[in-house]
Amino acid sequence: MTSISMTVNGKPASGEVEGRTLLVQFLREDLRLTGTHVGCDTSQCGACVVHVNGEAVKACTMFAADADGADVRTIEGMANADGSLGTIQQAFQDHHGLQCGFCTPGMVMSAAALLKDNPKPTEAEIREYLEGNICRCTGYHNIIKAIQAASGQLTAVAAE
Amino acid sequence: MSVHQSNKHDSAPLHVTGQAHYVDDIPTPEGTLHLAFGTSTCPHGHITQMDLDPVRAAPGVVAVLTDRDIPGRNDVSPSPTPEPLLTSDLVEYHGQPIFIVVATSHLAARRAARAARIEYAPLPAILSLDDAIANPTRFDAGGKERVYTKGKPEIAFDKARHVIKGSFDLGGQEHFYLEGQAALCIPGEGAEVTILSSTQHPTEIQHKVAEALDIPFHAVTTITRRMGGGFGGKESQGNHLAIACALASRVTGQACKMRYDRDDDMAITGKRHPFRLQYKAGFDEDGRLLALDMTHYVDCGWSQDLSLPVADRAMLHTDNAYHLSDVRITSHRLKTNTCSHTAFRGFGGPQGMVGIERVMEHIAQTLGRDPLEIRQVNYYKPGAGGQTTPYHQPVTDNIIHEITEALLASSDYAARRAEIEAWNRTSPVIKRGIGLTPVKFGISFTLTHLNQAGALVHIYTDGSIRLNHGGTEMGQGLFTKVAAVAASVFGQPIDAVRITATDTAKVPNTSATAASSGSDLNGMATYNACMTIRDRLVHFASDFFVCDPKEVVFRDGIVDIAGAEFPFADLVKEAYMARISLSATGFYATPEIAWNRDAGRGTPFYYFAYGAAVSEVALDTLTGENRILRADILHDVGNSLNPAIDIGQIEGGYVQGAGWLTTEELVWHPSGALWTHAPSTYKIPACSDRPKVFNVDLFDGENPAQTVYRSKAVGEPPLMLPISVVSALQHAVAQAGGDPLFDLPATPERLLNAVERGHGRGW
Repeated sequence: MTSISMTVNGKPASGEVEGRTLLVQFLREDLRLTGTHVGCDTSQCGACVVHVNGEAVKACTMFAADADGADVRTIEGMANADGSLGTIQQAFQDHHGLQCGFCTPGMVMSAAALLKDNPKPTEAEIREYLEGNICRCTGYHNIIKAIQAASGQLTAVAAE
Repeated sequence: MSVHQSNKHDSAPLHVTGQAHYVDDIPTPEGTLHLAFGTSTCPHGHITQMDLDPVRAAPGVVAVLTDRDIPGRNDVSPSPTPEPLLTSDLVEYHGQPIFIVVATSHLAARRAARAARIEYAPLPAILSLDDAIANPTRFDAGGKERVYTKGKPEIAFDKARHVIKGSFDLGGQEHFYLEGQAALCIPGEGAEVTILSSTQHPTEIQHKVAEALDIPFHAVTTITRRMGGGFGGKESQGNHLAIACALASRVTGQACKMRYDRDDDMAITGKRHPFRLQYKAGFDEDGRLLALDMTHYVDCGWSQDLSLPVADRAMLHTDNAYHLSDVRITSHRLKTNTCSHTAFRGFGGPQGMVGIERVMEHIAQTLGRDPLEIRQVNYYKPGAGGQTTPYHQPVTDNIIHEITEALLASSDYAARRAEIEAWNRTSPVIKRGIGLTPVKFGISFTLTHLNQAGALVHIYTDGSIRLNHGGTEMGQGLFTKVAAVAASVFGQPIDAVRITATDTAKVPNTSATAASSGSDLNGMATYNACMTIRDRLVHFASDFFVCDPKEVVFRDGIVDIAGAEFPFADLVKEAYMARISLSATGFYATPEIAWNRDAGRGTPFYYFAYGAAVSEVALDTLTGENRILRADILHDVGNSLNPAIDIGQIEGGYVQGAGWLTTEELVWHPSGALWTHAPSTYKIPACSDRPKVFNVDLFDGENPAQTVYRSKAVGEPPLMLPISVVSALQHAVAQAGGDPLFDLPATPERLLNAVERGHGRGW
């Protein structure tokens, strides 16, 4: 067992983990942050995307020990300080960019990573960036619209 | 009114913040144990030796359970034909559960499961439809094929100027609900158990658990708040996990949880049924079908599961939107040694529809015409045209002509087809194609007794409303729609209604949320429950204020009583003080349906949902790679309960169906193991696979049938819109001089082969 400590959503977090413990296990089982989902177990589907030191990573293929000392952000840390929804979260809600919701946390985290590096992505850039996030429900149309809206590039009102 | 508005999905604020609980997210009691199945590595054979001592000795293992540990019935089947949860003798597919490991962690259970030493005496395994057709073991009809006939096809064939024959294979489909199968059992007092399950059918979970434990149904409660996708894959396939958890809880006294790892999920659970379709079609010079003989060879997998109603629905959608005067449909429900194929969005309807659409393409190819002309000439007459389906149900609500005409205009079909063919003449490698296909889908469970639903509605004295019904939420927005129905009855904003988890202790004897029927059935049951309470309130208010009941109106968040406005909560409080019941159940049974399955005759469907799509593709004729460039869809949802949710269902259904027909290919290893057991090898549509231009509109109309607020079902019908993608690919292949009558899914390999075949170079 190894002692690890990291910052998760701005708060210190620590625990004892095995070398093989995955970051997603540590977040879900030790810290009870269950918004980060396990969809495929093999880093294909992207339901487990979190940010480690500002980079989007798939938490099902990163060891918890490798995140020792890191600054980790999960879906639970994406709302504004006053508890209101962040811009991307609000856009996913307003543009119906979700159905079953299981992929949504990973989608929001990937979208946030994209917009950090590329605040005004083209539609093609959004599509390409989301290649690693599978949604089985929506057909992606409203997810793209939500990200366009969150980047201030969609003027049409919600719920068309 | 809250209905007909694009209310946001009720769980959206929870989804975007990670607070929505799926089964694996629910806080568990101290000491909760975790389960995994040990599974067969032989597709067909007898177990000759089974040494589970190494499993018991593995780290973290608390118990190992076999079929001998089941006190009641060893049966997970949703049909009358039993399907064992665990086997100790005959194994019938690679991946079949043999024993249950109960351990202190998910990982410990999975690791231990691999330590078993099991030996088999193999039997010949049927691993393909070729094998199954050569050595048929059929489910249903005393081992015989099922045949439905209308008219006199043999005589009609003699009169037909043209007769064609064809045969093609159509693959299955993995559901790939993002949340895998999962269940949690919390033991209660005495024999009581509570099962939290990711299931579309809480009542069946209740029944199967009770039968396995040999306890009454009343001792089992199933609760389902939401699923992370279902698509039919959680209609019966969650039974195994729920029963396993209940058994393990019985043995250990602890809460027990099971979630399939994705590989296990894909290997163990059933998929959409693969089909081979053979046809003989007779037609005239205009392409009008005069006679059709259609045969379905259905790969059911190793057990019956839901295969009979799936295969029935395939037969019932052989017509799609086309009038077939003289037709024979034959269905062979064949046993194979693979996972047991099961419900999947469309439930056989898509396979049936792909069959007749192939016939349309083949006729067009024979006559050298645009397939669209052949389709239109064969459409049922508009409205109530006096024609009947192959199962003798009159078609009375046909709007496919209006939909097609409107879509042809909005998609600019004719000009684009001409432009594409001109462009193709200048493009030696990339060929484009375009196609329009219609959808007419029958709404109702074909098993008539399932067309019933219940609801339970409470109003509390602050005016807030709590709603429960028998439907389950899998992302389709059912809860949001039904809440809007309740809110509308009381003239309240939708936020006044609290939606609660589906719970067999609140609404009993429910049907699966399936057959697209969720909002039709549960919406109407909820409407009826709400109307019972509203009638009481109206009666009370008109007595109290001495006015006509018609003068009590619930609207805009208030109650208007003879011109005076009152807060809803005030009326509710007064009614409570007057000892008026503020709680009611509601019930609904779909009217006017009757179906004689053996005769193939009756009115199995309350109404039909219609739609059509135009798809355009580009095909690289040197590699078979392709893209959907544009899709235009016009779809009929009656008077929509929630336009945004319905459009979402249409978009998602289209992409999911396009995946089935193009990229999603299931491959089994000669050993019987599923080779494509993860999304790394099984290609689910990704963001970039979505059509580049995607125009979706709702047809403006209302359901002539008396459904809830005149809406129509939307879950399954859109899945068949992307048959237009196949039509477009066939156009592109034909434009490249290839053979457009290729097998499906239309993978790049198959498309390349189709092109090469046309030039005498296929394989």
